[in-house]
Amino acid sequence: MKIIKYLLLGFVFGVILIKAEVVSWFRIQEMFRFQSFHMYGVIFSAIAVGIISIQIIKKFKVKTITGKDIKIGKKELNKGTVIGGFIFGLGWAMTGACPGPMYALFGSGLLVFGVVLLSALIGTWTYGKFKEKLPH
Amino acid sequence: MEFTIEFFKVKSMNVLTQPWPWYISGPLIGLMIPVLLIIGNKMFGISSSLKHICASCFPANIKFFDYDWKAESWNLLFAFGIILGGLVAGYFLQDPNAIQISKNTTADLNALGINDHTGFAPKEIFTIEALLTLKGFILMVFGGFFVGFGVRYANGCTSGHSISGLSNLQFSSLVATIFFFIGGLVMTWLIFPLLMKL
Repeated sequence: MKIIKYLLLGFVFGVILIKAEVVSWFRIQEMFRFQSFHMYGVIFSAIAVGIISIQIIKKFKVKTITGKDIKIGKKELNKGTVIGGFIFGLGWAMTGACPGPMYALFGSGLLVFGVVLLSALIGTWTYGKFKEKLPH
Repeated sequence: MEFTIEFFKVKSMNVLTQPWPWYISGPLIGLMIPVLLIIGNKMFGISSSLKHICASCFPANIKFFDYDWKAESWNLLFAFGIILGGLVAGYFLQDPNAIQISKNTTADLNALGINDHTGFAPKEIFTIEALLTLKGFILMVFGGFFVGFGVRYANGCTSGHSISGLSNLQFSSLVATIFFFIGGLVMTWLIFPLLMKL
């Protein structure tokens, strides 16, 4: 049960991604062409709920269900944030998918996204291999 | 009375098969953050799963993949859950109608030679057969590579940076999100039209 809850939550997230249509390549095109509010609405309202939730958790020192303190890690800013972010953006617009939607699309029966996922894995592996040589 | 029951039945079925508007799906996505924090002190993010798969399957003595990936296995289960969610929603809760995209987008895509707007991805590009074309290969294989490479280099994706990081008011996540967008805009407006001519 300890770990199954993450499988269940992933399942729920997968259903949301499909029902929200954010897995759609066409919706991503619409977003990058500024021709619809849909994607912006999804992203901004998700962030709004996230900000409020984190503020409540911090203010009231909410604990986990097992009574542990909740710690939220920081992400450091470096050259990778800019260069990597740009490269990710190129790929996002090409495939119309970021990692979450890739998994959901593959599950929904678009098996060719298995190839896209495999390419993403090779990309992550290549980054690991050459990490020390890249500017950070 | 009979009629009302029928009405509610139809209505509740529609809720599952119809697309969900942004003001329903966005907040639901946002709720992933507190739920994950409360059930296990986990920060919402998907792309780390790619790193864990590399670390578990092909570590190749690379320092970056030399860590206890089993301690992060929740992330792999979460990713596997997304595949199953996609399967159930894709096969059983799918709206039979084509996604209602904006008329301007429809026109722009038609002009680029993408005329079939049904399904989640254009059939002119995202099929197994299209992998054998230059255009399809570049968009799927190079595109996937850019996502996997860029995401690790930037230390997070749309979920880890744009949703989680921004929700935690992280400056680095704002920078990452801005550059995700710059990359996406350069591709959509400058490079993609050239790729479609291949």
